[in-house]
Amino acid sequence: MATIERESHVESPPWPARVHDWLTTVDHKKLGIMYVALAMGFLIIGGIEALLIRWQLMWPESRIFGQDTPTLFNQLFTLHGTTMVFLVGMPVLIGMANYLVPLMIGARDMAFPRLNALGLWTTLFGGLVLYLSFLTPGGPPAIGWFAYAPLTGHTFARDVGTDLWAMGLLVSGVGTIGAGVNFLATILAMRAPGMTLGKVPFFVWTILWTSVQILLAIPPLTAALIMVVLDRQLGAHFFDAANGGSPYLWQHLFWFFGHPEVYILILPVFGIISEVIPVFSRKVLFGYEFMAAATMGIAFIAMGVWAHHMYCVGLARTVDIYFAAASLLVSIPTGIKMFNWLATMYGGRIRFTAPMLFAIGFLAMFLIGGLTGIMLAVAPVDFQVSDTYFVVGHFHFTLIGGTLFGVFAGIYYWYPKVTGRMLSETLARWQFWLLLVGFLLTFGPMHVSGVLGMPRRIYTYLPDRGWDVWNQISTIGALIQAPSYLIFVWNLMASLRSGPPAGDDPWDAWTLEWATTSPPPPYNFEEVPTVRSRRPLWDFKHPDDPDWKYEG
Amino acid sequence: MSEPPSEALDPRKVGMLAFLVSEAAFFGTLIATFLFFLRPIRSGEPNPRDAFDIPLVLLSTFCLLLSSATIHQAHKSLLRGWRWAFLGWWATTMVLGIIFLGGTALEWSSLIQEKQLTISRNLLGSCYFTLVGFHAAHVSVGVVMLAVVLLLAMRDVVTPQQSLGAELVSWYWHFVDGVWVVVFAVVYVVAR
Ligand SMILES: [Cu+2]
Repeated sequence: MATIERESHVESPPWPARVHDWLTTVDHKKLGIMYVALAMGFLIIGGIEALLIRWQLMWPESRIFGQDTPTLFNQLFTLHGTTMVFLVGMPVLIGMANYLVPLMIGARDMAFPRLNALGLWTTLFGGLVLYLSFLTPGGPPAIGWFAYAPLTGHTFARDVGTDLWAMGLLVSGVGTIGAGVNFLATILAMRAPGMTLGKVPFFVWTILWTSVQILLAIPPLTAALIMVVLDRQLGAHFFDAANGGSPYLWQHLFWFFGHPEVYILILPVFGIISEVIPVFSRKVLFGYEFMAAATMGIAFIAMGVWAHHMYCVGLARTVDIYFAAASLLVSIPTGIKMFNWLATMYGGRIRFTAPMLFAIGFLAMFLIGGLTGIMLAVAPVDFQVSDTYFVVGHFHFTLIGGTLFGVFAGIYYWYPKVTGRMLSETLARWQFWLLLVGFLLTFGPMHVSGVLGMPRRIYTYLPDRGWDVWNQISTIGALIQAPSYLIFVWNLMASLRSGPPAGDDPWDAWTLEWATTSPPPPYNFEEVPTVRSRRPLWDFKHPDDPDWKYEG
Repeated sequence: MSEPPSEALDPRKVGMLAFLVSEAAFFGTLIATFLFFLRPIRSGEPNPRDAFDIPLVLLSTFCLLLSSATIHQAHKSLLRGWRWAFLGWWATTMVLGIIFLGGTALEWSSLIQEKQLTISRNLLGSCYFTLVGFHAAHVSVGVVMLAVVLLLAMRDVVTPQQSLGAELVSWYWHFVDGVWVVVFAVVYVVAR
């Protein structure tokens, strides 16, 4: 091993040249890796913020930062939410898609490589603008991640932190729109010969619809953020009730973005799961056509359900009924997916290696998040638990139990392709069980404290409410979770050097990314392959029994 | 390397269309906001009924709509290889775009100086300057792109074989014109 290392060091250019190469690259694989690295960096920052929040809530009437605790607490949950959604969730998924989509469709790069690089750097720049607020006199914004007016108004947020928040999201949003444009152009116009839209790997299909949602949902947020900045800087009156403006409009605009956003954060994960489960069950994806239609259905329905976040502002009854019904409708296509994944596993020869472990974790945890989501979609239930810890528990089950478990499944699955090395299974198991147990202990009890009436975003509580024990379990859970992330990062870094060589196709998989070397050459494929079925690599491996004989 | 495979779709065209979809969502939001505030906009002081100088707006609207026709002619001429017709129609489009921007400038200066309508005066000001301002910014970007294509065309880089850039710019230009039709209907017709 030592000799291999020395050799590879001799071959590689000096470090300034390598850094320069990474900073100026337009290669979709390097950009994808940097997107994921950026997300991992912000995941750790957002995680530290979460730990501080949990530490403050461990005991009633505590003040871990002394006098400044209330303000600092508000700033922490604002940054935590904003970071996790905009600087972790979206970049990690866009990064994985960046790496994988061209490989999966047999293309040599994305359609617009320079736009791709621009997207990465604007995302990073947006994040830096947001965190620049730490250097300003008033500190970071204290407005919550959905930044309801009038909290963002000049009257209530006099410091520049709120402006930096708005500008940071604006800038990173432009990068996200660029990524959406790029994915659409790549997927629609650069597929390998023979790969019709009905034959794309399922992950690619979900990225297609994620991109559609990006194009429809992010620009309204951009417009709304511009209005915030105009209100604050030029004295416009959009959200300023004293002059006829409407805080209510902000809620509409924000959630018109915010609801599709949760699908931007979960549809690609549906794609990851739909790649992992078949390969590790040794069966084709059950009901590809239904899954594809369900993805489309979710993308469309998701554009018309935003006001389920707003029942408590007092919409008209008919409006409540419409939004409740429409929101419940989403459970049908999502249910189709759940059952199809189970049907894929049914009767398969399941391999319980790390990717599959996390995929199964995803199925179980996302199911819980989905079910509490159905509860919250019902307006009368929401009247009772809106803005309580029940909601916090719910969306962490979808975003950690759903998005993050799925991302881990994907990273364990594709890391060998990206690096040419396998990740450690032992460390993966430690990570999985610590994460699962810690996660359940952190977010399970929140449903209870929520039903007991604990509002979200309060910096402390009185001892006689019966909330103490649930908060203490949550905090202990967070402390159990924390090392799992460190194990993961350690695994990523250590395996880079010491992981066993992976070979081109360690999982005996069926999509095109496994047809090239690990890591793939800059041009991806020596020869652009011709595709005849949804599992092109199966066809190459089994010329006697190819899939295209059976697919319509 | 970058030429599209056997597929009929050109990634650059798909990319432009996708970008325009996102632009439509952006303007849709600003227009929806305008409509959301219609009542306070109508009853405010100054309000659309007496603030706007309709003849001036009609004139600049006419120029912008005409420019859609001229850029269409320009593109057709380009494909047929009529170089001078292409350059002429293309330059006319640019001039019409600049006239439109001049109209907006005149309108704004009279609104701000005579009618005392500013972005901070009332909701009409906030909504109007934001919506019309972002539209004008898009027209300005369009004029710059028109100028770039014109310069490239004079150096013979834009040819019937290499016309995609010009075509995509013309898509953008048509889109900005289309947005103006809606903005015009909402701001100068419905709001009255
Ligand atoms: Cu929602």
